[in-house]
Amino acid sequence: MSTMNTVGRPTAPNQVQTKPATLTGGRGLLQNEPLIFEGEGWGKTGVDLPEPRTDASDLGDLVRKDPIGLPGLSEPEAMRHYVRLSQKNHAIDLAIYPLGSCTMKHNPRLNEKMARLPGFSDIHPLQPISTVQGALELMDTLSHWLKTLTGMPAVALSPKAGAHGELCGLMAIRAAHEASGQHEKRRKVLVPTSAHGTNPATAAFVGYTVVEVAQTEDGRVDVADLASKLGDDVAAIMVTNPNTCGLFERDILEISRLTHEAGAYFYCDGANFNAIVGRVRPGDLGVDAMHINLHKTFSTPHGGGGPGAGPVVLSEALAPFAPAPWVVHDDNGYRLIEREEDEAEQAFGRLCAFQGQMGMYVRALSYMMSHGADGLRQVAEDAVLNANYIKARLGDLMSAAFPDGPCMHEALFDDEWLKGTDITTLDFAKAMIDEGFHPMTMYFPLVVHGAMLIEPTETESKAELDRFIEAMRLLAQAARAGDVDRFKGAPFHAPLRRLDETRAARSPVLRWTAPEGSNQAA
Amino acid sequence: MRYLPLTPDDRTAMLAAIGAKSIDDLFVDVPEAARLDGPVDLPRVAGELEVERALSAMAAKNATAGAVPFFCGAGAYKHHVPATVDHIIQRSEFLTSYTPYQPEIAQGTLQYLYEFQTQVANLTGMPVANASLYDGSTAMAEGVLMATRVTRRNKAVISGGVHPHYVKATETVVHAVGVETEVLAAAIDAEAAVIDQIGPDTACVVVQTPNVFGTATDVTKIAEAAHAAGALLIVVVTEAVSMGLLKSPGEMGADIVAAEGQSIGNALNFGGPYVGLFATREKLIRQMPGRLTGETVDADGERGFVLTLSTREQHIRRDKATSNICTNSGLCTLAFTIHMSLLGETGLRKLALLNHEKAVATRDALAAIPGVEILTDRFFNEFAVRLPKNAAEVVDTLAGHHILAGVPYSRLAPEAGMDDVLLVAATETTLDHDIKFLATVLAKVLAA
Amino acid sequence: MKFTKDHEWVSLDGDIATVGISKHAADALGDVVFVEVPEVGKTVAKGASFAVVESVKAASDVYAPVSGEVVEANDALSTAPETVNSAPEADGWFAKIKVSDASELDALMDQAAYDAFLATL
Repeated sequence: MSTMNTVGRPTAPNQVQTKPATLTGGRGLLQNEPLIFEGEGWGKTGVDLPEPRTDASDLGDLVRKDPIGLPGLSEPEAMRHYVRLSQKNHAIDLAIYPLGSCTMKHNPRLNEKMARLPGFSDIHPLQPISTVQGALELMDTLSHWLKTLTGMPAVALSPKAGAHGELCGLMAIRAAHEASGQHEKRRKVLVPTSAHGTNPATAAFVGYTVVEVAQTEDGRVDVADLASKLGDDVAAIMVTNPNTCGLFERDILEISRLTHEAGAYFYCDGANFNAIVGRVRPGDLGVDAMHINLHKTFSTPHGGGGPGAGPVVLSEALAPFAPAPWVVHDDNGYRLIEREEDEAEQAFGRLCAFQGQMGMYVRALSYMMSHGADGLRQVAEDAVLNANYIKARLGDLMSAAFPDGPCMHEALFDDEWLKGTDITTLDFAKAMIDEGFHPMTMYFPLVVHGAMLIEPTETESKAELDRFIEAMRLLAQAARAGDVDRFKGAPFHAPLRRLDETRAARSPVLRWTAPEGSNQAA
Repeated sequence: MRYLPLTPDDRTAMLAAIGAKSIDDLFVDVPEAARLDGPVDLPRVAGELEVERALSAMAAKNATAGAVPFFCGAGAYKHHVPATVDHIIQRSEFLTSYTPYQPEIAQGTLQYLYEFQTQVANLTGMPVANASLYDGSTAMAEGVLMATRVTRRNKAVISGGVHPHYVKATETVVHAVGVETEVLAAAIDAEAAVIDQIGPDTACVVVQTPNVFGTATDVTKIAEAAHAAGALLIVVVTEAVSMGLLKSPGEMGADIVAAEGQSIGNALNFGGPYVGLFATREKLIRQMPGRLTGETVDADGERGFVLTLSTREQHIRRDKATSNICTNSGLCTLAFTIHMSLLGETGLRKLALLNHEKAVATRDALAAIPGVEILTDRFFNEFAVRLPKNAAEVVDTLAGHHILAGVPYSRLAPEAGMDDVLLVAATETTLDHDIKFLATVLAKVLAA
Repeated sequence: MKFTKDHEWVSLDGDIATVGISKHAADALGDVVFVEVPEVGKTVAKGASFAVVESVKAASDVYAPVSGEVVEANDALSTAPETVNSAPEADGWFAKIKVSDASELDALMDQAAYDAFLATL
């Protein structure tokens, strides 16, 4: 035999079975990470800058003297800090994220690449128009796609989020009524009991009195109740379609007809557009204004809570009131109308500085162009198919809130099936975490007791759906079998256990504060 | 299609499990009249290469700030963002996660938001800040609304130095709820003029420092006057880096700070997405709009963070909410936090001094040009000049020479009668060569 | 002690009515985190909202069971909102109102009637 490596080491696992607690509290790959304020980095910086040649003495007393209170980190430390934090987050890239009403679909990375092209990211909103024709072309192209998909003649791009879009839509409606002299008498907005909280919040904000419209036993707007409440004192209705129970409003044509007959406008909350994109146009349903959440239907990233974008498509009647700025395309190219003048004379004002969420427009258009009209239609079909598959495969163990007929892109269950188990919707959700899944939306919509709203989206494979369904079935069986502790104590395997939200609300601690007598700022 | 994992076989199997014959069965509730037979009239599916080509072609038609001498400011500033920032915000766990409503599996997001809230509070010199709003302009609008709730008064007095877009965005929203605004005439250096307009119905006075003309003001006296009359002082800041050099709004007596955080961590992006900074006094926190992250413990006594005081927000308060806001600025907020962590106090102060240095050098170069009058006396990194010609025309001419020379004030407020005023900004990215080039070409254009 | 259908209680002593929310309401809310009591001197009308009680996940208006003037507010609740959970019908009172019309209490439910009412919910 030739010389060989004589340093032996075992290559198969040994037989130690007991699992001792770690000595430091560490757990394998999962690191514990203090706040940046709790480290030693009060004088450090991770950015190399040239030495300034001024001391700003020309600014005299305006110069800030006291320490600000901002720790610094070198690049390696910063990378570690944020990578460690990132490991404590669940994400779409890890597993199905079945939050109803949120449309947690895959975020294509091409979108990120396109948004970072310097021609889009490194341009200033107030550069001369001649130097940003490509940016305006992109906004105009996005507008065209949004208008065509929704069958609406106009769109206001600037709202910075869905809720901001609702504000935009209601303000356009109010402006329209003011223009026709009807605002004084039309001070009510009708909102179904199942609506998302932003709907009544926005209506009240704009100065309307919110009147609730009842729901029928099969989860839809009660048209008779709606008709009884419509009158010449109503400015608008706000209806989500498909609604927050995941159901298509069958009587939508009747709803919009009645609304228009009463001289009111139909605001549609477009949060659930993913169910119908490419198969139904809101314009054909009589909608006057609808916000579209680009971060839902059109895949711009949820980013841990933002940024969003909520463009609002508008009917012929409301189009003149769209807020500035408007992008106009004529023989001379593209231009911006930035105040209430020319074609935008009746604009109700401006919702924010500059042009809106350009970074999200690029991502959304990249997504739309990738799918094309046929791909987008397939998106809606697969989204609806996936939700109905989940509903069918869980319906024997869990109680669907509206079992008759298909659902759209999300399946709604209530907590009827948990009666007598002592396990709540919340407990069930926390146990899902232990199984590796982000919980579904809980306790929304309010009209269903212990609501569990599951929206898979179209970017889930059948394998992932089956994996999810299997876990849900096992959990549901465990709940029914009385395995209470599994649920009450959950989660056991997440980075943290259940948190004391009461304490956080009773004694709010909203920032790190330097201990008494320390030499750190603030 | 590359983003759709279901195969035809999958679909068949799933329809069978559901008991539906075809996908159309699932759309049965759609009225027949509204059903589309086929795809709408738009292009069909496209591969990555095709999409890249189409979008790159659009991008190529824009003049980028980094490629030319660049002096635009007026509420959006070009700063260098370290490569680390953009890399981290694209990590799956940050890019593709949701609002942290399940705190046990969202401590990453919640902890950085808590760090952000502390950074913003300290930067603005205030006790407490929220987890960000959409941008500085909507933050100002929210500030005015909050002041009316707190004081139960109905009028906002706004200085003539506040960014006209911010004024317009605020008026659009607050007028809708019956709040009156009095906006003073545009003025280079008159934040204190608001003092004379304070009355018993004044909920707040709103000033900006540095203001849209670049003027940095000590607003302490304004705070005193407002407080003496029972009104709140709202300080607007559109260039966050300025707080690395100048006295903080909190130190000067602000009750609410509404600022734009874009300068830290975020690119120009043609106007968005940006990040609104919002900070206030301890006793006002329950009236603060937007998300808040708070510290607490979990069932094992481990420290953790949660969204808190949610009852202010729309999903609970519904028609009695402090605001209808649902999202914060998420990734933009994270970018701010990371960049600020990399800078640290040392780096931020240095960065601020560099900005001031470049702006002073630019001012000196322009002051030497015949016919150019420097209007701003004390400034951070932006100042206003009066030109002997129409500023917008001059800017267009200079654009033809591949120089982005600044923002004509008339672009923001054509009715102000200040068509000859140009707003010029410089940052740490401004090269001495750029300044020379600007001065040379501007002198030529003005002499022509 | 009398009760309203909206789960407020009122206890009259002379012409001063002490009001709060019932145990049922406190239990339904969960951990109370914040109470907004009315200002002393404020005039309240029966049935109108005069206070707000918040738990982590809910915010509720509290309606005045009687009309009158607020003569005292339970400021202790601002530092100890949990009192509403531990003693909703005693130390967890919200405000004392000088009633303008004591007969308004006649239409309210006594304990037995309220308990029967709760059983129907």
